[in-house]
Amino acid sequence: MISVWDYVISFLVGGFICFLAQILVIRTKITTARILVLFLIIGMILEVFNVYAPFKEFAKAGASVPIIGFGASLARGAIMAAKEYGVIGIFTGGLTAAAGGISMAIFASFIVALIFNSKTKRGGH
Amino acid sequence: MDKNKRNQNYNLYVESKVPKTKAWPSLFKAFLVGGIICAIGQGLFDLYSYLFPNLAESEVTTCMLMTIIFITCLLTGIGIYDVVGAWGGAGSVIPITGFSNSISSPAVEFKKEGIIYGICVKMFTIAGPVIVCGVVGSIVCGFVGLFI
Repeated sequence: MISVWDYVISFLVGGFICFLAQILVIRTKITTARILVLFLIIGMILEVFNVYAPFKEFAKAGASVPIIGFGASLARGAIMAAKEYGVIGIFTGGLTAAAGGISMAIFASFIVALIFNSKTKRGGH
Repeated sequence: MDKNKRNQNYNLYVESKVPKTKAWPSLFKAFLVGGIICAIGQGLFDLYSYLFPNLAESEVTTCMLMTIIFITCLLTGIGIYDVVGAWGGAGSVIPITGFSNSISSPAVEFKKEGIIYGICVKMFTIAGPVIVCGVVGSIVCGFVGLFI
């Protein structure tokens, strides 16, 4: 079940996506928020055109860990729910699919912010 | 000296003082950091598939992402993720860790301004656009999905 190839391909594909993003950062001095939104939308477009599923089959975590996977799961959730429940599904499907990630990010950030105090910034975002 | 000339000189001066991002080393670092984070994700995915064989693949993926998000928030609180971010550039932004860090970093940073106006408001300064675009985009995709 566990194969070394999965890790190699995850490393290579995930790294390559970050490599492309870094080229954008160097060329255009794009900000963090813009770059996240850009790759989120790329993920959605891949999902709408049914390219994401075979891509994930090939790249494993290299496709699902980058923000592209987050966008794709939002889009997939909305499309599936739209097919199943009609118009109401359009509005409920997306966030339902992404609820785990968003809830965990907000909850963990809130708890962490209550516990820790800010350090002196050393670069970062 | 007229105004345009002065502004031009000033921009040239700023250009010469701004630290240059060295292209190739930073590309290599982004590749390395992003790749390692994705490989860790694959490791967690395999671990959860082994521990919970009954779960569907999409649910295992969600568990894996939630674990990564939680760990990143913790590392941001301790102050380690800032170091990773400064070193890895886009390699730390593009994986889901970047989304998580973009929420937890301002939350910790603006804690002094209070719980409501500090933590709760500032939490979404960077992640807000991501969530808005995500929701709007998913609704558009849903409409498309209705017709295909």
